[in-house]
Amino acid sequence: MQQVLGARPAERRPKSRWHAHLHGSDLVWAIAFLAPYAAVFLGFVVYPIGFALWLAARPSLYAQLWTDPIYRSAVVNTLLFVGVGVNVKMFGALLLSGFFMRRDWWVKAILVAYILPWLAAATQAFMSVHWMLIDELGLVDRLLSVTFGVAGLNWLDSRWLALACNITAYVWKWMPFWTLILLAGRMAIPPSIYDAAEVDGATGIRRFTHVTFPLVANLYLVCTLLSTLWTFGDFATVYFVSGGGPLNTSQVLTTLGFHYAFDAAQPGLGVAVAMSALPLLIPVVIVLMRWSQASEGEL
Amino acid sequence: MSIAAPPMHPARRRFRPGRVLTEAGAVALGIGVLIWSLLPIYNVLLVAFDASEGTIEFSGNIWPAVPSLAGFWGALGEHARYLEHFWRQFANSVYIGVATMLLTLLIGSLASFAVGRMRLSRGGWLTNAALLTYTVPSSFLIFPFYKIMFDYGLEDNLGAVIATQVTFAVPFAILIMVQYGKLLPVELEEAARLDGASAPQIYWRIYLPLMTPALAIAAIYSLLLAWNDYLYQMVLLSSVRNVTLSMTQAELFGDTDPPWNAMMASAIIYILPPVALFFGLRRHIAASLTMGAVIG
Repeated sequence: MQQVLGARPAERRPKSRWHAHLHGSDLVWAIAFLAPYAAVFLGFVVYPIGFALWLAARPSLYAQLWTDPIYRSAVVNTLLFVGVGVNVKMFGALLLSGFFMRRDWWVKAILVAYILPWLAAATQAFMSVHWMLIDELGLVDRLLSVTFGVAGLNWLDSRWLALACNITAYVWKWMPFWTLILLAGRMAIPPSIYDAAEVDGATGIRRFTHVTFPLVANLYLVCTLLSTLWTFGDFATVYFVSGGGPLNTSQVLTTLGFHYAFDAAQPGLGVAVAMSALPLLIPVVIVLMRWSQASEGEL
Repeated sequence: MSIAAPPMHPARRRFRPGRVLTEAGAVALGIGVLIWSLLPIYNVLLVAFDASEGTIEFSGNIWPAVPSLAGFWGALGEHARYLEHFWRQFANSVYIGVATMLLTLLIGSLASFAVGRMRLSRGGWLTNAALLTYTVPSSFLIFPFYKIMFDYGLEDNLGAVIATQVTFAVPFAILIMVQYGKLLPVELEEAARLDGASAPQIYWRIYLPLMTPALAIAAIYSLLLAWNDYLYQMVLLSSVRNVTLSMTQAELFGDTDPPWNAMMASAIIYILPPVALFFGLRRHIAASLTMGAVIG
């Protein structure tokens, strides 16, 4: 990414970093420095994933899942939660990062308030969202009736509304983090590029589509992919906001897998629910790996 | 928060009607963002400052008629129901969070140094391994971890939770540090090597100080990961002495008639440490923001 964003310090870097070959004590030190991570990786990544694959290896589990209406609705919910949630969040973050580039003092003050949802702990924040939505006594419905005289909805009593609430709460919590990252990307664009664009008559929306976006597009893509991986694994949002209800219709794969493994005491089935997302996750990881290799080759 | 000033666009102050419209739009957007961000937090404050413990309904008042600190005293004095062990549980949460943060920084920076700076081999495999960790999201592995912690003799042990949080925080720390390390000059390290400095000396005296901005980002990220976690704490911890504040709050959440004001007050107290860390580190975080795209 740096090469795209014109990172000045990188250009001064000589080709060889330490020296071409390690020997003697340096090699020993390098291995010693890597040992803790290698231990974590083997003990807490390779072993659990291997164990999970072994637990979920029976094909009959997937046949059973496929006939399960709750699982099927959870697949649809997960795709919507990830697809809509990630894209709305990232696009919102991209636009708002432009707003937060402004140097007015009040914009900086708003930025402080804006990142609070990210700094607030997920459990407590989503409980609060749940209570805002519970019924006509929740804050949202009360505000609607007091200020507009509109009768509110039973937000968590229908599958689609509950899913929409989950997605909204998810965007609320995580958009600030990605806004900060994209803000960093925008700040790395040298002002001279904008000045040149202005001379060429690119202002307003044209400046965004022809100058800003092409320069942060790579970063935006990488963030979107990374965020996709993390969102598939998001547990707290659905668990606390809608609780998977009504009647398990707004479950996503993580909460349903948890429900089967612990509440229903069917660990194999629970792990199989989670593993069934792998065909979607693996391509994303491969794209990210190719990106990280490419960016390493550049430097 | 004073994130470093964005690039200046000099000399453009001519009055244009469009400009007034843009400013008005910006103010409206700002107000919208403010309401959007603060509404759930405002909801927490309303309940926390309520004098009675029984209400979470919005009474129609913008602010409690008689704001009260009863909820906070109930939590801090450990006499609200469920919160009899508030300080012990808070300490457990802090212990998990801080241990996760320090271990993540240590393991991540050592690995990034070995691969990125010592050039052990083509460094690509390290970031690949880091990304591979995210192939199976952490919450998908909760049941395997539940079983494995028994194998490791870590059942009902705070160390088990810390291990899982470190596992999922280190990959991001490595991605950040390897990328950030590419922006740093190597001349200092090469000069130190010529003077006979050993690898640990260079790591400690030169690499870590230069990496402060990336370390700040990894620190806040890993603390928040552990702070946000409820799933692993709930599954891996059980005995009274190991319960964390998140677990108690989820338990309160499941009750139909808990002391709401004390619960929300404890939620506010729980939110303070990451906020304090973020604002404590904001200068370093801003430095990494201006250095360039951090994770890109």
